[in-house]
Amino acid sequence: MPEDASKLVNINIDGQDYKVPAGMNMVDAASYCGVEIPHYCYHPKLTVAGNCRMCLVEMGTPMRDRSTGEPVLDENGVQKIGWMPKPAIACASNATPGLHIRTNSDLTKACRTGVMEFLLVNHPLDCPICDQAGECRLQEFATDYGRGYSRFVEEKNVKPKRTVLGPRVILDDERCILCSRCVRFTEEIDENPVLGFTQRGSHSTLTCYPGQELDSNYSLNTVDICPVGALTSTDFRFKMRVWFLKPVNSICTESSAGVNTEVWSREGKIYRITPRRNDAVNDTWMADSGRALYKQVEAESRMKLPRISGNQVSLAEAIERAAELIKSGPTAYVASGKLSVEEQFLLGKLAKVKPGSVYFVDHSREGDSRLISEDATPNLRGGLVTGLISELPGERLDALADALKAGEVKTVVSFGENLINAGIGPELLKKTDLVYLGTHRNDTTDLARVLIPTLTVFEKAGSFINRQFRLQRFLQAVPGLAGLLPDVVVLTRILGDISGDKTPDPSMTELWAEIAQAIPALKDLSFAKIGDSGVELDGSAYDNLPFHEKPGWHYEPKLEPATTSGSSF
Amino acid sequence: MIQKLPVQERRIVYKHVDEEGYTNDIECYLKNGGYEVMKKAYQAQPEDLRQEVLNSGLKGRGGAGFPTGMKWKFVDHKSGKPIYLICNADESEPGTFKDRQLIYQDPHQLIEGMMISAFANNCAQAFIYIRGEFINGARILENAIEEARAKNFLGDDVLGSGYSCEITVCRGAGAYICGEETGLIESLEGKRGYPRVKPPYFPAVLGLYQCPTIVNNVETLCQVKHVIDMGGDEFAKIGVKGDSGTHIWGVSGHVQRPGYYEIEAGACTFGDLLHDFCGGPLPGRQFKALIPGGSSTKVLKWGEKFKVKHPNDGQEYEWGVEDIPLDAISIGLCGTFLGTGGSIVMDDSTDMLEALANLNAFYGHESCGQCTPCREGSLWLEKLSGRMTSGKARPEDVPLLKDIADQVAGRTICAHGEAVAWPVQSAVPKFQDEYLDKISKQASGQRYNPAGYPLI
Repeated sequence: MPEDASKLVNINIDGQDYKVPAGMNMVDAASYCGVEIPHYCYHPKLTVAGNCRMCLVEMGTPMRDRSTGEPVLDENGVQKIGWMPKPAIACASNATPGLHIRTNSDLTKACRTGVMEFLLVNHPLDCPICDQAGECRLQEFATDYGRGYSRFVEEKNVKPKRTVLGPRVILDDERCILCSRCVRFTEEIDENPVLGFTQRGSHSTLTCYPGQELDSNYSLNTVDICPVGALTSTDFRFKMRVWFLKPVNSICTESSAGVNTEVWSREGKIYRITPRRNDAVNDTWMADSGRALYKQVEAESRMKLPRISGNQVSLAEAIERAAELIKSGPTAYVASGKLSVEEQFLLGKLAKVKPGSVYFVDHSREGDSRLISEDATPNLRGGLVTGLISELPGERLDALADALKAGEVKTVVSFGENLINAGIGPELLKKTDLVYLGTHRNDTTDLARVLIPTLTVFEKAGSFINRQFRLQRFLQAVPGLAGLLPDVVVLTRILGDISGDKTPDPSMTELWAEIAQAIPALKDLSFAKIGDSGVELDGSAYDNLPFHEKPGWHYEPKLEPATTSGSSF
Repeated sequence: MIQKLPVQERRIVYKHVDEEGYTNDIECYLKNGGYEVMKKAYQAQPEDLRQEVLNSGLKGRGGAGFPTGMKWKFVDHKSGKPIYLICNADESEPGTFKDRQLIYQDPHQLIEGMMISAFANNCAQAFIYIRGEFINGARILENAIEEARAKNFLGDDVLGSGYSCEITVCRGAGAYICGEETGLIESLEGKRGYPRVKPPYFPAVLGLYQCPTIVNNVETLCQVKHVIDMGGDEFAKIGVKGDSGTHIWGVSGHVQRPGYYEIEAGACTFGDLLHDFCGGPLPGRQFKALIPGGSSTKVLKWGEKFKVKHPNDGQEYEWGVEDIPLDAISIGLCGTFLGTGGSIVMDDSTDMLEALANLNAFYGHESCGQCTPCREGSLWLEKLSGRMTSGKARPEDVPLLKDIADQVAGRTICAHGEAVAWPVQSAVPKFQDEYLDKISKQASGQRYNPAGYPLI
């Protein structure tokens, strides 16, 4: 991003004057003005390599007299433009006052046609079987700027077709256009420089250094930034044509970093997750482990049927029974940052209608100082903002265990928390009226009196507040399992059963109207207002809390982080 | 002012090359007045020395011909970073063999020139980047450096001046592209020899290890010694306006006496060089084509006429190839370059398509592969001309050659793009009749033999 975004300069593209932030890269500046400069090697988050030559444009600067430094004027008193004799790459220039470029001149067009032809001479015609087809820059720019026919009749270079670079990435070297984005990513962002070129000239081949592999937890970003189909994801390879897939904006639940993602699905089945650019949160990056989370949707351990004491029942029966147990009480609620803001808000309402202590469980572990924070839940700060908790939770529920032993609590509602892990023994649980709302089976679910299966983050909408106190929303990517309802609906119905005041299932808009009124920190907000890039909240009220998160990308803790506990990441 | 002078060599940097009894050790060098200029130079102020070089009009001898004094002037002295001097001894342009003699026969002249240049530019450290194939050259230089260090001509507190500078020899690994100054710098840093993107990586500001760096050719640095010896203004009197000093012409190919000749700039013509120095064409042959200054410069064809208006005297001339005076200005007027002065002469026994295919094969092999036009264009040209010479040419391949070259020149990161394109861009229009003739003969099953000479 430009160093001083507030300072605008005048530039001229194809005879049209524009104002852009000073110092902005010219490829970005043109796009800012709505003019496309095609490019392959340039990436806004990597250093400039200038090797693809696709962004060649004619460039000129206002002329000044060499000896006096005075502007050189034409007969109309306008400063003359000194056009460079050769085309220049836009990606190696930044916006400076008076910079002129021509993106539609004959020379610029000839440059693009030439570069396109050169890129294709040794590129295999793999499009019918290539994963990148449909989202391939080479295809797009060949259509836009290519010649339309080939003049190349020689034999194409032959290179390795399926090099396993690491556990998650497979390389097709023939498709590689040697833009070096992946090499720069591993060097500059991942700081694990294992990729490089061997051979020379057109025989250059992307490889891993001998004895090494591309096994970093960020390796799949190389697949994302590869402008062609050279680097492919082992998981996604040959699974689905991308034009059949529908991307939906979501948030990664792997940690409190709140990585912005796109979830790609077809006919209710998710095929991949890719990062979505958010310069305030994750830039354009994402950890590999977060991309595998969609597998939880169809996991073996996914719970599909509501049960009462182990017997299958309808969801309505389960909700009714749950409400009865909660009402009979005394009741305690166990939740965590895994719940969305909306769910936490409704839990807060429930805890007012049927008063009981709300316990949070800590899910901290080791982070990676990047996009996997020490907190493994996406929305711990939601618990603070919605007022469910005022202090950081511990990982054990000893206070609740004592209360259960003393008979002060009879009903426990667990929102996806494995209570046995949190220190409440099976014997104690057997004596408890346990209502469990969650997605996957674990030790605790077998002991639940009422079991209400819920939906994963991909099957519902909502919002999380990440470690930066940034409120971000996720949308429903695929339909939920048949017969199940979103958590907010389940909670609303339980609330209605208990209070006797049955309301219709709320829409997100309605729910947010209520939230904005009830929670001062979220006033004036609505679900729509959160937008695709999120809203930064004022978290200064919690500056004195020793959050577990250590410094990471775009995150600096306010206090020295508390020591992490739990299993190592 | 351009006139035929009596043809004679004027040996300045080549003074002792091939001299009877002259050896490359320091004793011999000292006996011949060695390191005296350096002693004198170290009494002067560095900025005065830089001014002398600027006044001399000395142009870089590595091929591009950029004024050395200007290059030094661009160096950022205010950054607070160390300034490096690099001697580019990666002489690998086909047809060029001038630096080799200096390194092998007169290494102390280079060291003296380097120590003067390093002192003039306040360099903290100097390097000699020598092509990998010059194994003995590297040994000779290292030996010479040790000899010079023993006499305190380099190292700590040189000659009691308080100035310290080391020279380190670094061998390349056999890549032509490492002769490109930024490719060289990358290679010297231990990376792949990928030329850097300019802007922003101009060596004078962001060179070796991102510090200000001067990269000069071997011959240039040797010339510096003589510039300081004579004084800049005196040196500028040698040669012609805009191209001072002498040029070493390394003539190879179809002449009677191929070899190297140091001649004052503009003192004679190609005709004089080829006939008087080199003894003319081989018996019974006629000159056909000339690549004037290293293989990447544009080819000249006998029979061409160049109508030029000379900027130095304002007069108009009509020159044939043999009338072109041997200075950068005149050669530049004829649409080609003096380059390194490595002239490749071809006579009428040459199959020009084979000659072009040979050059294309070289540039295809040597493209570093970093940027698209050069990487793909050079190999395409290599494959295309390879197919054309193997009897499978089509007439439409001839304009295609030029089209490909046109898509390379001026669109690459470094000048290798021009090196790839210029031979093709110049040869195709000049020799396309011959190419088409060959293609049609091959198509009808005849053997192609341009002038009926036995094929080698």
